[in-house]
Parts: sequence; structure tokens; C-alpha cells
Amino acid sequence: MLSTADISPKKIEQDQLYRDMGLSDEEYDKVKNILKRRPNFTETGIFSVMWSEHCSYKTSKPLLKQFPSAARHVLQGPGEGAGVIDIGDNQAVVFKVESHNHPSAVEPYQGAATGVGGIIRDVFSMGAHPVALMNSLRFGNLTTDRVKYLFQEVVHGIAGYGNCVGVPTVGGEVQFDDCYEGNPLVNAMCVGLIDHDDIQIGVAAGIGNTIIYAGAPTGRDGIHGATFASDDLTDDLDQDRPSVQVGDPFMEKLLIEACLEVIQTDAVVGMQDMGAAGLTSSASEMASKAGTGIDMDLDRVPQREQNMNAYELMLSESQERMLLVVKQGREQEIIDVFTKYGLQAVAVGEVTGEKTFLLRQHAEIVADIPVDALAEEAPVYHMPSKEAAYVKTFQQMDMTIPQVDHHGGMLKQLLQQPTIASKEYVYDQYDSMVQTNTVVRPGSDAAVIRIKGTNKALAITTDCNSRYIYLDPETGGQIAVAEAARNIVCSGARPLGLTDGLNFGNPTNPEVFWQMEKSVEGMSEAARTLETPVISGNVSLYNQANGQSIFPTPIVGMVGLLESLEHLTPNLFQEPGDLIYIIGETQAEFGGSELQNIVRGKYEGKAPWIDLQVEAKRQKQLLAAIQQGLVRSAHDLAEGGLGVALAESVFNGKGIGLNVEIFGDPTVALFSESQSRFLVSINPGHKERFEAAVKDARQIGTVNGTGEFIVRANDKLLIEEDVQTLHDLWKGAIPCLLK
Amino acid sequence: MKFAVVVFPGSNCDRDMYHAVSQLAGTEAELVWYEHTNLESYDAILLPGGFSYGDYLRSGAIASTSNVIQQVKAHAEQGKPVLGVCNGFQILLEARLLPGAMLSNYNLSFMCHQEALVVHHNGTPFTTDYKKGEVIHMPIAHGEGNYVCDDATLAALKTNNQIVFTYNNNPNGSVGDIAGVINREGNVLGMMPHPERAMENLLGSDDGRRLFQSLIENWRDVYALNS
Amino acid sequence: MKKVTIHITLKQGVLDPQGQAIQTSLNNLGFAEVEEVRTGKSIELLLENRENMDSRITEMCDKLLANPVIEDYRFEVEEAVRT
Repeated sequence: MLSTADISPKKIEQDQLYRDMGLSDEEYDKVKNILKRRPNFTETGIFSVMWSEHCSYKTSKPLLKQFPSAARHVLQGPGEGAGVIDIGDNQAVVFKVESHNHPSAVEPYQGAATGVGGIIRDVFSMGAHPVALMNSLRFGNLTTDRVKYLFQEVVHGIAGYGNCVGVPTVGGEVQFDDCYEGNPLVNAMCVGLIDHDDIQIGVAAGIGNTIIYAGAPTGRDGIHGATFASDDLTDDLDQDRPSVQVGDPFMEKLLIEACLEVIQTDAVVGMQDMGAAGLTSSASEMASKAGTGIDMDLDRVPQREQNMNAYELMLSESQERMLLVVKQGREQEIIDVFTKYGLQAVAVGEVTGEKTFLLRQHAEIVADIPVDALAEEAPVYHMPSKEAAYVKTFQQMDMTIPQVDHHGGMLKQLLQQPTIASKEYVYDQYDSMVQTNTVVRPGSDAAVIRIKGTNKALAITTDCNSRYIYLDPETGGQIAVAEAARNIVCSGARPLGLTDGLNFGNPTNPEVFWQMEKSVEGMSEAARTLETPVISGNVSLYNQANGQSIFPTPIVGMVGLLESLEHLTPNLFQEPGDLIYIIGETQAEFGGSELQNIVRGKYEGKAPWIDLQVEAKRQKQLLAAIQQGLVRSAHDLAEGGLGVALAESVFNGKGIGLNVEIFGDPTVALFSESQSRFLVSINPGHKERFEAAVKDARQIGTVNGTGEFIVRANDKLLIEEDVQTLHDLWKGAIPCLLK
Repeated sequence: MKFAVVVFPGSNCDRDMYHAVSQLAGTEAELVWYEHTNLESYDAILLPGGFSYGDYLRSGAIASTSNVIQQVKAHAEQGKPVLGVCNGFQILLEARLLPGAMLSNYNLSFMCHQEALVVHHNGTPFTTDYKKGEVIHMPIAHGEGNYVCDDATLAALKTNNQIVFTYNNNPNGSVGDIAGVINREGNVLGMMPHPERAMENLLGSDDGRRLFQSLIENWRDVYALNS
Repeated sequence: MKKVTIHITLKQGVLDPQGQAIQTSLNNLGFAEVEEVRTGKSIELLLENRENMDSRITEMCDKLLANPVIEDYRFEVEEAVRT
């Protein structure tokens, strides 16, 4: 395809070559109507990437509108590189999550690495200092060599890139289910800090201003990545390989420094990352947002390879490139900054008043497209939607309690499930401490980074239990947001807002589209109730391999604010003698649970029930108790229920253990995954005040100093284990599976 | 006392080092871009961690050929202190200011966590505030921290008391559990663990403070003697 | 023009964990005959003909391309044309 750039417009139409580029017949006709002629090869390529799902959100746009995105503290909602939320003292937090699923399935190291690079650029293109990275990963079960390879290489890729650029990777989560075997998910989130006055947006404003290209030269890598990202993955992955980009974190590090230095001048009008669809999307979006046009000379674009044609230059997804709009006459001072860092920066065009996207190469016009046609006039589809048949069946199933004979043995088995087991293998490979702000390192419900020069800190988490969403997309969507907020609250922070990484299967399948619709509805409702506006996000569709869709996986990245570091609360129990409380009721809810997976080998039935009002009330009460200094530790109850949360809470290496008393069916009490529950420990001296502050809290035991894990049920000894034994099983599970 | 924190393209612990020295250890410090050609006005030179020049070729190799390293050598020859941490240590090795070399960690993975170190030698200007044999805690964060040297060099390091820090539980395969070594003259220290990340208990340890305090106090003593 | 290919390997006696990992993997794949794997890197230079070329390349290796503490190197020179 690359050598065919001089194919005539007529041939493109006759042979329907536009289909190979990703345009439908209707879309091609629409292009012809807009241009009032046949598009040439370059123009066809430009339309195909700009109208791909990745750039235009053509199928997901109607759904995304449902998300609540406005609030008084939201300074920038969706539509820019990243969203921005005010945190007081003239500072703001900037964040976004982005997926790199398809590239990672094909070349896991580079796919994951460039995913990290891209999301960092989204954040610093806003003018923010990137201060933290998170990753949300999904793989098949660690039973095949291919999955182990994907898992190890994705982690290496994230480490290889993130460690080098000097942004700490402070946490995230990794889950394993068969549905991700052929299509792993790699979602990266970046958080930045910014002073209000420094906020940049990607606009090409000011007629006559200069377009500057900065960073790495353009090669042929990643051509058609944006449309590739919207394709089904087949077994024949090797054929897809040329599309994958290669990252250079060293270049990125220099680019961060240079970009943050140039925004300190008042010469920069706009700045945007060349991400998906490269030069095409960055330039056309900046012009579209400003209501201007662009006139660009491709001969001036720095090129890494010989004889690149306009199509290749415009669609290349070479990494570590930025596009800036600079005030006329101020170009040299900007170029000088880039030069200091050894980076190329070249004036490649100017902003025009004609609202056209005009490209020249070798003194000829190679594309002439109305700017709005690419962005605002992109087609929007209202896809047919149909309730998934399996969900109806699940809703009608009777909930039975899975049979457990030995609760101690089952707890050990649960602790070794890769989704629950320690992820130290993963996060030990990430530099989680550079920048010297990381107060709570990976391995907790939420990571915490302090803000130097203040007594405040940010809590950051990612979360999404896709099993619940598979069983019941609306309820599951609510749970995803609620659980993320629970993680934030447990650390002592108030949730501020969220970014969503929506990963779904093929949207042309009405049942998949229904999953999207319902989960977005559920997430929106939870985001409204919990007052966590959705300020940015990303959509990744066609996540399926060999005809099997992934579980719907709308990942929630959430950021919270600790008003004072004194509110900082660990997940783990701290002192022998402290009282252990559970907050919230436990029902027999095993649909989508880890226990169901072990006992039945599949997920079925109803997702756990959730009442968002109850959730909101409990979160507020717990946070208030934390802020009053009444809580020593707090942990949310998630996969594996109370049993797993209890075990995790004593893994602090200080030789502590616990004595807990439960009542009723011990399987329900220990392993049900009922929602809106927390596990808390308090100093005995705070008993009365704590119980008055948190209404739904019930004492279930005490922390001991003997390192024994003792659970009594209905006045009989149920579990007696050595904490060290449990810890070693939990910690060793993933390294053991990788052997 | 004035510290220079040398910044190479790709350094990423430069600001942490600067913050540790200027804000937490309370002395004067400046970030010095690698093209700077004169380090004479500084009393001590700090080479921070990171991935200088992307650590392409070998960690620290390209930075070790830069002009500023010639300045560092001259500074060291005058007996002034030089501290290289992590990538800074790798640069000192590549520049032959310290003996030995670095290999990939034995498990071939980057590793980042707190490590227990033993202060093997507290007679250096960097370690007088520690007790000999004391166990302290500092983070490590490296992919190539597996220190290697030949047997003769190792024997010499031991004889001359050049091993300053050792790992309590060797994480990376380093020969002799070595975490930090000093030159024979006793003024150039290279170490893989990050003292600048161990300045506050809030972040897990403040055992790194005493390293900078030692340097400052010893400099004051020498300065007082000379003036 | 000359094309110089420099092969850099870890010295005998220096532990090569990457080589060991590859060997284990090859053995596991059924290539039982593999008894040792040593890894290294190769660097290609395109350079103009010049006097003392060999000694200059040696100098390049000693000064930058290889670390004599842990690495050995050898190189080959062949004719090349500018592409």
C-alpha cells in the first residue's frame, strides 16, 4: 500500500481502495460530497484516520455525552489532551487514561512503552509536570507461554519507558481472565500538576502564527495505527507488525523538559501531542478548535527515512513529536530552547483564516480539505443495541452459595489467584519513587503522592471489576466507579474526579453496544452520586480475538485530594490491640466472585447489588472519621471478600495477626463480594467516637501481636493459620506461575 | 559549602538531589547543565541518577566522555568530594574514576524498593555520621546495579578499605555485596542506593540525611583548618 | 567507504545472565545440544577510508564502544557504498 500513493482518485473509487483504509462506502460518498470531487490518496488516508473510532469516537460519542463532566472545580473537561481539576492554592491536577491494547497484543514491549509515552505527552502538552503514572492491565490466565510472554513484556515495556523518563509509576492493577487471552488490555494513566496560569490548550489560534514541529523526525512507523486500533485482531498477528511504533524514552524526557520550558515564555499559543493519526490529527484538531485553517509545507517536516510521500508523512505515528503554534516573530526563541536539549524544532507552516487544511509537498498542493469536515463533521453513528441474551438468563438464576469444605484451605487458594496475589513482581520493576513524592507506594488501594511545598497530597487509583460488568453492565458500571472512590477514601482523600478508559468488543454487535450503553449509564449515575465528574477518557473498541469479545472493561482512573497529610491512612493493620471493624452488610452474593471462579470455573448469575446513596453516605462517614483521626487503617472489601481483605491487612511484615469472630454462614461472611463494605482498624480509645461517627460499623475482632490468623465462626474455631504462611503463598503466587 | 548537581540529558534524579541538598540538608546547591565548563566555584560535585543519554550503549558510557567529566576529574584530583549515585556511580565507573563495572541485575529486571545496607566504612568524609557496621535503609532503583570487578581489584578494595556500603540481602548479584565504593584517595564515592530518596521518614527513611551532613561537617572542619 | 562491524561480548569469566536465560529457554524448547550461550551486541559503522583505520577503530572501541573491564571486542571491515 505504501508504494501506491500516486494511485489516481478515480482508481481509489473504482477499486474501492478506501475500504482497505477503513472508510465505508457511505463515508466515502460523504467525503466526495464535502470535497465536491474525488479525494486523492493522501486525502482519503486523512479522512480514514480522522473518521476512525480512535480519533472521532463516531460510535461512542452519543454515549460519552451522558457522563457528568462539569463541576465548579473542573477547569477543563473532556476534549483536550487531558482534563484539569482545581486543587486550591492556584494549583490544579491534570489527568487522563489511555489504552494501547492492540499495539501491545502485537508487540507487547513497544506497545506498552509507547502507550506510556503517549499519555505522558497528553499531560505535559497541557503545560503540566507529569508527577505519576498508573497502569491498568488485563491478561489471560497465566497458563500459556504466550500469555506469560505478553504479561512479562508489557511490564518490561512500561518499566523501560516510565523509569527512563523520570515519572514514578506509583500503582495500578493487573487482573487475569480467559477473555483477555488473545486481546490483553494495556491502559496507562498519567497525572500532572500545574499552576493555573500555565494551562495550555491545543489550539491553532491567531492568523499568521507559526506551526512548529518539535521532537523526533518522522519515519514510516505506525502508519494507520489509528485505524489498526479499531480493527479486530486475528491469529495472524505477524502480518500486523509493521504498524507498531517504537518508543524512545530518552527523547521523551528531553521533550518534556523543553516543552515545559517553552511554555514559560508567552510565545506559545497552543501545543498538542502528535498521537494517534500523527500530524493529521494534531494539526487539524488544533485548527478546528480555533476556527482557523492550516497551511503546511511537508518538505519542511523532519524526516527519518528517504522518499516519504505525503500520505506517509501525514499518517505516521512516529513517537515523541509535538506540534506547537507560536506567535509570529517569536519562532527563534522557541527553536533555541529545543536546540539546547538537542531536539529538532522546525517551522512547518502557518495558521490561516480560511478554515482549510492545506498541505503542500514538492511545491504542489497534496491535500485541500475543509478543517471542520475532519473533526466536527465526522460521522456519528447510533448503533443498534440489544440486551445481551446471556444477561437475562443470569438475572433469572438462583443464587446458591458455592460449596466450601475447608475455609482455611479456600483462603489460601484465593490468596494465590493471580488477580488477588501480590503484584510485587510487577511493581518492583517500576521506579515508583523518583521525584521523591511517593508517600504510599504500589500495592495499596490507592497510591499517594505529596505535593511539595504544601501539606497536601494526591491519592490515585485505577479500578474495574469487569466480571460484574459482564454479568450486569449497568450495576457493574456503578460498582467500578464506587470501588475506585472507596480506594481513594480509604487512603484518607476526598475523590475529585475520574478519567475513563472504556474497553469493549465490537460495537457493530448490538449486544456489545448494549453493554457499552448500560455500563456508561451505570458509571454516569455513580459519578453523579459520588460527585466525581468525568474529565477525560479514551475509548478502545473491537477488543476481541478470534470472534470472542473481552468482558466489557471500562477502567476508572480516579484522583482524590488529601487536604492534609495528617489524614493519610494505611490499608494495613498497624498495632496489636487495635479493634477491627467491618462497615456494611454482607449478603450471599457470589455472582462474578473469585470464589465462584474457583468452585464453578465460570462467572454467572447476578452481579452484587449496590445502592449508590448508601455508598455515598458510608464513604462520607468514613472519610469524616479518618479526618477526625479516629481510624488507624482502612481497606475496601473487593475480590475474595472479607477473608482476603483480612489476610491482606496483616501482611505488613511487623509480625501482627488477628482474632476475628464471624456469624451466620461462614462462606458468605468470608467470601461474599457484597459492595459498599470496608475493613477498618481503630485505636481502642476511639471506640465510642468511631461508632458514633460511622453508623454501619460492627466490631468483628482485634489485631494481635502473635502473627496468628484466627477466625472463629458461630463460637467455633474456623481458621487457624500462620500469617507468614499466608503471606508467602500470596507473595509467591505470580513468580511461581511464571516459572 | 556549595554543591553542583550536574545535569546530563536524561538525568532524572537531578531535581531530587538538588531538593535533598538545598532544601533538606540546608546547604547551597546549583543545577549545572552538562555543557558548563567550569566547576571551580563548587566545593562538592554530585552526579545524580537517571538515564544519561538514554543509557544507550552502556549505562553512563556516553556521559563519561563529556567535557564536564574532565572537570569532575580535575576537581577530584584537588581532593574535593565527588558523589555519584546510581547512574552517577555508573558514570564514575565508565570514567575510570572508580574501579569495576556494572552488569544487568542477576534477574535481568529493573528493581525498585527499600534495601537494608551495612555501613562498612565510616572513615570517609561521606560517612562519619554513621556507625561502623550500622544497618541503614535506602531505596534502590536500577536495572544495572550488579557491580563486578576482577579478583585482584576486589582484594585491593578490601585491603584499602574502599568498600563503603554493602547490601544486607544482595538484591542484584553484586560481587562482595557491594553497594558503594570509594576511590583510594577517599574523596570519590559511587553508590547504587539513593541517599537523596532517604531524607524524610514520610517517604520511608531519613537515613540518607547523615551522608550529606557528614559531607558538610567534614568540609567545615577542613575549611576551618585551612582558613 | 568501509563498513565496519564491531562485535562486543562479555569477557570469558564474566557472568552473562541474559545468555544463561536464553540457554535455558533453548534447552526447554528441545534444543538440548546448546551448552553455552554468550550474548553481546554488534555495532555497524560506515566510514570514509583513512590511514591507520584499524588503530583508530581500536581506539574507538577502547574509548567508548566497549568497556574493557567487562567486555571483549573484535571487528571486521568490508567495502561499502553510500546508500
